[in-house]
Amino acid sequence: MSNSVGVRLDGLRRQFGNVHALDGLDLDMSPGELVVLLGPSGCGKTTALRILAGLEDADSGRIVVGGKDVANVPANRRDMGMVFQAYSLFPHLTATENVEFGLRLRRQNAATRRQRARDMLELVGIGAHADRYPQQLSGGQQQRVALARALAIQPQVLLLDEPLSALDAKVRVQLREEIRRIQLEVGTTTLFVTHDQEEALAIADRVGVMRDGRLEQIGSPEDIYRSPATSFVAEFVGLSNRLPGRVTDDVVEVLDAKLPLVDAATVHNGPVTALVRPESVDVTADPAGTGRVVAVSFLGPTARVTVALPDDAIVVAQMASARLPELPPGTAVRVILRPVPVVVSAA
Amino acid sequence: MAGLRQRRARRQRILRWVVVTLLAVLFLLPLFAMLEFTTRGAGGSLSWETWRVFFDWGALDETYPILWTGMKASFWLVLLSVTLTLVLLVPTVVWVRLRLPRMRRLVEFISLLPLTIPAIVLVVGLAPVYAWVVYFVGGSSLTLTFAYAILALPFAYRAIDAGLSAIDVRTLSEAARSLGASWATVMWRVVLPNIRSAVLSAAFLTVALVLGEFTIASLLNRDNLQVAINQLGKSSAQMSVAVSLAALVLAFVLLFLLSFVGRRRYRERKTS
Repeated sequence: MSNSVGVRLDGLRRQFGNVHALDGLDLDMSPGELVVLLGPSGCGKTTALRILAGLEDADSGRIVVGGKDVANVPANRRDMGMVFQAYSLFPHLTATENVEFGLRLRRQNAATRRQRARDMLELVGIGAHADRYPQQLSGGQQQRVALARALAIQPQVLLLDEPLSALDAKVRVQLREEIRRIQLEVGTTTLFVTHDQEEALAIADRVGVMRDGRLEQIGSPEDIYRSPATSFVAEFVGLSNRLPGRVTDDVVEVLDAKLPLVDAATVHNGPVTALVRPESVDVTADPAGTGRVVAVSFLGPTARVTVALPDDAIVVAQMASARLPELPPGTAVRVILRPVPVVVSAA
Repeated sequence: MAGLRQRRARRQRILRWVVVTLLAVLFLLPLFAMLEFTTRGAGGSLSWETWRVFFDWGALDETYPILWTGMKASFWLVLLSVTLTLVLLVPTVVWVRLRLPRMRRLVEFISLLPLTIPAIVLVVGLAPVYAWVVYFVGGSSLTLTFAYAILALPFAYRAIDAGLSAIDVRTLSEAARSLGASWATVMWRVVLPNIRSAVLSAAFLTVALVLGEFTIASLLNRDNLQVAINQLGKSSAQMSVAVSLAALVLAFVLLFLLSFVGRRRYRERKTS
């Protein structure tokens, strides 16, 4: 079933009026890889995906799919399956007919079409609703059918444009795991665009964090989270405490702790702001401690405790929620930072 | 409380019936008068002779050649005007929505213009244009199609635009494109099936408009049903009224069908 090809975007530029939606974007995708483009609204991630799909034109740059430059190939000849953020099923066709649509255009005979549509709907777990019309399906079911429709044509590349953002939290988590399972099963090279960092980290082979039309960093989810290349990545992916510190000889001193630097080579000695993950902060009740718990948030298995320090700095710590009873608001606490590498930005 | 509500409901029901009855009388009385006039025989007796002649289409050509010519012209004008209006308007409105969303207001404004310009003024503007039309395609009455396509714009545009507003044209067409559809396929297999009732509405409205149009045809010296009725009125008043009544009933039937289509569309959406 696998039909994997590599994809290369080379120096893509796209300008809307005065806004540079893409400002020299470079991206390499290996065959069968799932790359997630992550970034805030307006960073150019959807523009990049739409240009790859042929739905927008780039002002300049190359789009190479399977070794061929497809920049001048119209969208309908690019052989890419796409799932959209908005519900995109054809309202006048049933789920099966929707999935058959692309196959019909490829002049496959009725029996083959029907069989393939049934297989695809089974693959996305919606075989029981094959004869329903889109308006008779829930949002999650519609997106499953849209995924089946995109995969049915055995595309060279699968493009997913925030396909889960219109769904409720539980369905979103369920469906993203299924998308990953299916993607691994069919092995199609996939570009997934989202602004949800949790979603990105959960399913990607590699995550590309975008900012102002270019990639700020691309790497495995672990790399992006543990070794963010810039303070923007550190702050966009996961929560970070911004704490004042001072760099001396490749370590940064923050709240009396000496922490290693993620990228010591580019940092000069002097005052900085250190970005410390909440899970790297530990808080223990201590009557002699200088911090005071000001708020606690219960998040199920984990909890976040917000601590005010004497110099008005605020630190958020993440811990097992079982520890909450010992840290009610008002408790005097001691804040301890675990010695994991941190990113710093200019103070 | 329940008694008060019942009394209010009964009052509203009565009021509804009064309004409906008054309107029915207002609309039906002239129609009934037309029917009565066309069935008035010698000495005030009831006679269906006029209607018998009207429905004897084989002989109509000889008995009332003006009427026959007008009916034929209007029949073809209806077909051509509906076709031209839809062929021009549907792709244009879809294209504006997809590619030129900023032009939407302008297109809407232009398409509403014929509604604000009196027919007589329109004719003054159209006359020199028609001099060229005659030069290029001849002086047939069917050339009225061009003027009627313009006259139908406000109604047809509104209907089609409303239909397109009910679906996400951009996403649907992009989905179809990504699946391998050409623009023609997108229009034919994706957009049109989803705005079918809007297109039907536009077509019905155009039919009603073309069947009832007199001013432009008369002032440009062309033949159509209304011009024929007007001319016939001078020689055979009963037949001209009979044809007017038939045209009115046809227009009512079309508008009734239109409201039926509209209601079905509403119901479909409500159940979704």
